[in-house]
Amino acid sequence: MADIDKEPVDATPNVTEVETVDAATEAEAVAAIEAPVAQGEPILQVRNLVKHFPLTQGILFKKQVGAVKAVDGISFDLYQGETLGIVGESGCGKSTVAKLLMTLERATAGEVFYKGQDITKLSGRALKAVRRNIQMVFQDPYTSLNPRMTVGDIIGETFEIHPEVAPKGDRRRKVQDLLDVVGLNPEYINRYPHQFSGGQRQRIGIARGLALNPEIIICDEPVSALDVSVQAQVINLMEKLQDEFNLSYIFIAHDLSIVRHISDRVGVMYLGKMAEIGTDTQIYDHPTHPYTQALLSAVPVPDPDARERRERIILSGDVPSPANPPSGCRFRTRCWKAEDKCATEMPLLAIPERFKSSDTPAAHESACHFAEEKDVVGAA
Amino acid sequence: MPEQTPDEVISAGGAGAGMDLAIEEGETLEKTPGGPEGTGPAEKPRSLWSDAWRDLRRNPVFIISALIILFLVIISIWPSLITNQDPLNCDLGKAQESSQPGHPFGFDGQGCDVYTRTVYGARASVTVGVCATLGVSLLGGILGGFAGFFGGWWDSILSRLTDVFFGIPVVLGGLVFLSVVPGSTVWPVIGFIVLLGWPQIARIARGSVITAKQNDYVQAARALGASNSRIMLRHIAPNAVAPVIVVATIALGTYISLEATLSFLGVGLKPPAVSWGIDISAAANYIRNAPHMLLWPAGALAVTVLAFIMLGDAVRDALDPKLR
Repeated sequence: MADIDKEPVDATPNVTEVETVDAATEAEAVAAIEAPVAQGEPILQVRNLVKHFPLTQGILFKKQVGAVKAVDGISFDLYQGETLGIVGESGCGKSTVAKLLMTLERATAGEVFYKGQDITKLSGRALKAVRRNIQMVFQDPYTSLNPRMTVGDIIGETFEIHPEVAPKGDRRRKVQDLLDVVGLNPEYINRYPHQFSGGQRQRIGIARGLALNPEIIICDEPVSALDVSVQAQVINLMEKLQDEFNLSYIFIAHDLSIVRHISDRVGVMYLGKMAEIGTDTQIYDHPTHPYTQALLSAVPVPDPDARERRERIILSGDVPSPANPPSGCRFRTRCWKAEDKCATEMPLLAIPERFKSSDTPAAHESACHFAEEKDVVGAA
Repeated sequence: MPEQTPDEVISAGGAGAGMDLAIEEGETLEKTPGGPEGTGPAEKPRSLWSDAWRDLRRNPVFIISALIILFLVIISIWPSLITNQDPLNCDLGKAQESSQPGHPFGFDGQGCDVYTRTVYGARASVTVGVCATLGVSLLGGILGGFAGFFGGWWDSILSRLTDVFFGIPVVLGGLVFLSVVPGSTVWPVIGFIVLLGWPQIARIARGSVITAKQNDYVQAARALGASNSRIMLRHIAPNAVAPVIVVATIALGTYISLEATLSFLGVGLKPPAVSWGIDISAAANYIRNAPHMLLWPAGALAVTVLAFIMLGDAVRDALDPKLR
């Protein structure tokens, strides 16, 4: 874990300075967490977040032989009321980011500021207050609900853990309201998860996430386990709830179409690093990072003529092991533009020099030495 | 939270790049196939246990084994219900005689009534089986559960310890332990079985706790801010206990036969205690002259062990959600 310091983790020089709140006592921290945030202001600010999972050898006397660099220095802001999509292929660290933001895993280094409070260092009452405000929807609706508990108990448990949210006599009615909000029959309150279909279960998971009236919901591939038609239902429900309760989403997925549909901004991850981040138009129509271009060229195009016209970028090789990532640019082993510079110098996530003065949509943060636009979707 | 009707929930969707996300207005989920057999909303809640109980009541294997076990438990508490004789009141003059009126199973080598001794012998077997299983399940379940939940050093030490116990041969261990620990009652035998049996349950409990711990609903509870004790009691224990119950029920039968084995070898229960193992041991030398002396206690032992193993099998089938 000592080699974190050797690499320039500060790979995002142009993210805004975080206004931290100095809370001397736990009560002050809770007060800061409870304070509202104006629309369009940053609510969650991630700075150089790192998570390394140690690789150990030996049964009784474990010694560390390396580390899987699941997340290796990523930074981004989430603004109040927006949806930030995070895409990337399997194993690039998307889900680890979600767990770090939920403090289900403790970060190896870096900070996550929620309203100016670094939640990676909170504990006790302040952490509980954060958890009230940041909730999660899980990927697999078949394992994210306890099969031994009724729907009423699953959703109602949130009120048992946070009794200040709902008085005791009121809880059953609140659970029924929540079921209603997510489009389930409130009379299903006494049913068990196995009596529901996948889409219905995911709605129960969303109802549980909503129960505490959170400000941020982290969705870790919330629809990848569902059928396409049910995916659309759940996505539309999530968009409706966002408007209704003024939620901010971090939407993690590997399906580029769905991410474009729901997101205001999109970040592309590769091997524990952010490759490119920008608004959905900037990323989808004007990608400048070769990895984003390759990803987009793999999206199925329903129009046969457009399919003929577009250029398909086929990457060679596999994703390198996150335990032993390539030097310099992480993507250089599979990149057709790679030169010597890419192996020695790590590209920073910044607006490329050549686009800096112009106001083209290509002027967004991209971690590539040779960032340039390429129309891969064939839309133009 | 504003009021909302389910029909308003799904609005028509837009189109993503390359994929049409539009769906029909008002396509609510009530139409999707949900619960099995079209269960009505007013129906009583069903849990795994009530489902399992419903399955078990229809299973003839369960009914037969449960009736046998019920009968055994009753006669081990009140043996005088079906016999009015004393198992220790023996008449040497009638030694090895076969059945006669009032003595349906005949007499053993000491002239004791085999029927009465078989009835009284159930008490030792049932006591050993039930007490040893309870002790093993509690000790193994708690140790294994904590090891699985907390992991780390505690888990490494416990796993190596179970390896050590698995290396001890049961009968040899019993001979050593019971010849050192004095007493001719059932308690040293129960103590020995608990001492040697807990690693089996601990491993099962550890494994099923680790499996349950990795489920997303445990992460979800953690994300809500649930305490360790809530996660253990409400989320992990109910989902991890089924394999322990199944293995413990099947093990109960083997503990009964282990008691008989140790008594047969002369280190378990010792005369004047009454046990099937003692009777089988005494009768083994006379099998050609007086087979009835051996067959009745051995038969009772076999039926008892079989009943418990069949019960365990039925419970396992009922608790396995994959068969439903």
